[in-house]
Amino acid sequence: MEALLKILEELHPDVDFEANKSLIDDKILDSFDIITLIAEINEEYDVRIPVEEIVPENFNSAESLYKLIQRLQDED
Amino acid sequence: MLFTSYNFILFLLALFILYYLIPKKYQWLLLLVASFFFYSFSGWDNVAYITITIIATYFAAVKIGQLHETQQSYLKENKGSLTREDKKAYKEKVKSKQKKYLLICLLFDLGILAVLKYTNFVISNVNSISRFFNAGELSFLDIAFPMGISFYTFQSVGYLVDVYRGKYLPEKNIGKFALFVSFFPQLIQGPISRFDDLGSQLYSGHSFNFRNVSFGIQRILWGFFKKLVIADRILPGVRTITQNPETYQGIYVLIGMVFYAIQLYADFTGGIDITIGIAEVLGIKLKENFQRPFFSKSTAEYWRRWHITMGTWFRDYVFYPVSISGPMLKLSKFSREKFGEKIGKRVPVYMSTIIVWFATGIWHGASWNFIVWGLLNCLVIVVSQEFEPFYAWFHNKFNIREKFLFKLFQVGRTFMLMSAIRILDCYRNVRVTFRMYGSMFTKWNVDEVFNGALLELGIDKADYIVLIFGIIIMIAVSLAQRSGSIREKLSARSDILRYAAYVGLFVSIIVFGAYGIGYDSNQFIYNQF
Repeated sequence: MEALLKILEELHPDVDFEANKSLIDDKILDSFDIITLIAEINEEYDVRIPVEEIVPENFNSAESLYKLIQRLQDED
Repeated sequence: MLFTSYNFILFLLALFILYYLIPKKYQWLLLLVASFFFYSFSGWDNVAYITITIIATYFAAVKIGQLHETQQSYLKENKGSLTREDKKAYKEKVKSKQKKYLLICLLFDLGILAVLKYTNFVISNVNSISRFFNAGELSFLDIAFPMGISFYTFQSVGYLVDVYRGKYLPEKNIGKFALFVSFFPQLIQGPISRFDDLGSQLYSGHSFNFRNVSFGIQRILWGFFKKLVIADRILPGVRTITQNPETYQGIYVLIGMVFYAIQLYADFTGGIDITIGIAEVLGIKLKENFQRPFFSKSTAEYWRRWHITMGTWFRDYVFYPVSISGPMLKLSKFSREKFGEKIGKRVPVYMSTIIVWFATGIWHGASWNFIVWGLLNCLVIVVSQEFEPFYAWFHNKFNIREKFLFKLFQVGRTFMLMSAIRILDCYRNVRVTFRMYGSMFTKWNVDEVFNGALLELGIDKADYIVLIFGIIIMIAVSLAQRSGSIREKLSARSDILRYAAYVGLFVSIIVFGAYGIGYDSNQFIYNQF
């Protein structure tokens, strides 16, 4: 989780990623951010987030994103 | 059959009445027959093309769905005996089979689109090269471009990819699927709908609901107003300026840009209003395609608010898959190692952006104008993205982000920038367009505009007066929409005011619509895409 928060904070230093639960709904993360994130997650956690997982529920908070990463790691 | 023809109005009336008279379970069938009846007016060969696309996509999706179901039951039956590796291997095997069906069908659907839309463009480029080497020339194919093919192909492709991604199961009834692809209000100019959003609404059956019908009719009227009173009336001005680039340069280019912005907005959003209104009368809610785009403060924002369903289509089916594909992730890794974090991070984002905008450009039309149009949009978006930290610093330093005048400046700047790029639609070719851009800086002919020259563009005094009032109403409606639906607001007002508004709108379409003797209303611009 630490590493994920670091990646997110590098993208938007001014956002409190631990508290914000509507990153997509509030348009904080745009499509550029999302693909940058996916590339970084691929690098850091060695999981590939497939396109069908790019839905607001998975990207709305750091927590939900971390859960997604864990789920994908489990499936692997 | 054009949306603005009398035949179409008669067709709609008959359909609306029949739709609510027959049992609900047959409504979808009526819509299917009506959609094919409507489309047959554009030519039987077009009906053949859409039918082939429907059949191919239907069977591919069913096959992919079957494989998915087989996988589910196999995994369930052998839950205890399979190791994790077994499961993974089995899933991969199924996925690769599904992928085959997906790719063959994509190639087929997009192949039809490509052959019909781009063959002559490719031939003309090959000919230019062969002329250079004094070689022989190829002759052009005599094929008509089916109306709305880009829209229904995209809708079919989106459906197929969603089924492949496991987002939903395929539709088993081919007739119902055919209706999803051919639903007539959106067939020729969008919005591009998603199956999980539209499908169930098309098939569920709807009881007569006064509010839906009256709101739908109001929306249709508003669409006709924009199309007939504004778009078709300003069109001669756009044509005169852009088809005579030798005569109309300098300030006229700027006028042409603004005129075309107004024309395209009124034409395209008007057409979509008619589409959404028709669906609303039928009890079906389509996705909105515009969100007051000319109030955008940046290009990226503009593209989130203009032709929204096309933007999200490209995002979900081109931008994401390309940018997070295996090769792109590898490229990202490679460029990070080679060029460092900062540049490496940008490579996949910008590569994908270029691909998307190239595709968006060529989707709009088989010509270099549209390709350059796409790439210019891409350039502006990338540059703004790069300047983002500077903008943030600037806004904070001068504390102007929330200042009204600064916002107005941003809106005006975005409008002009988009209008300048958009004018590529109108000029003969890219060279002429760029020459015209240049003339804005080299020809100082502002005074000509005040010599009565504006009245020689094919728009007379009466036209200008109608246009000015029409545009004021259009802007006022947009401004009022910021705080909610106009129709909702009107319905809360007294009956007299409400009916005065409807009658006023209806009468103004009849009186101020651009008709005249022997007048044939113009095709909607987006029908040709």
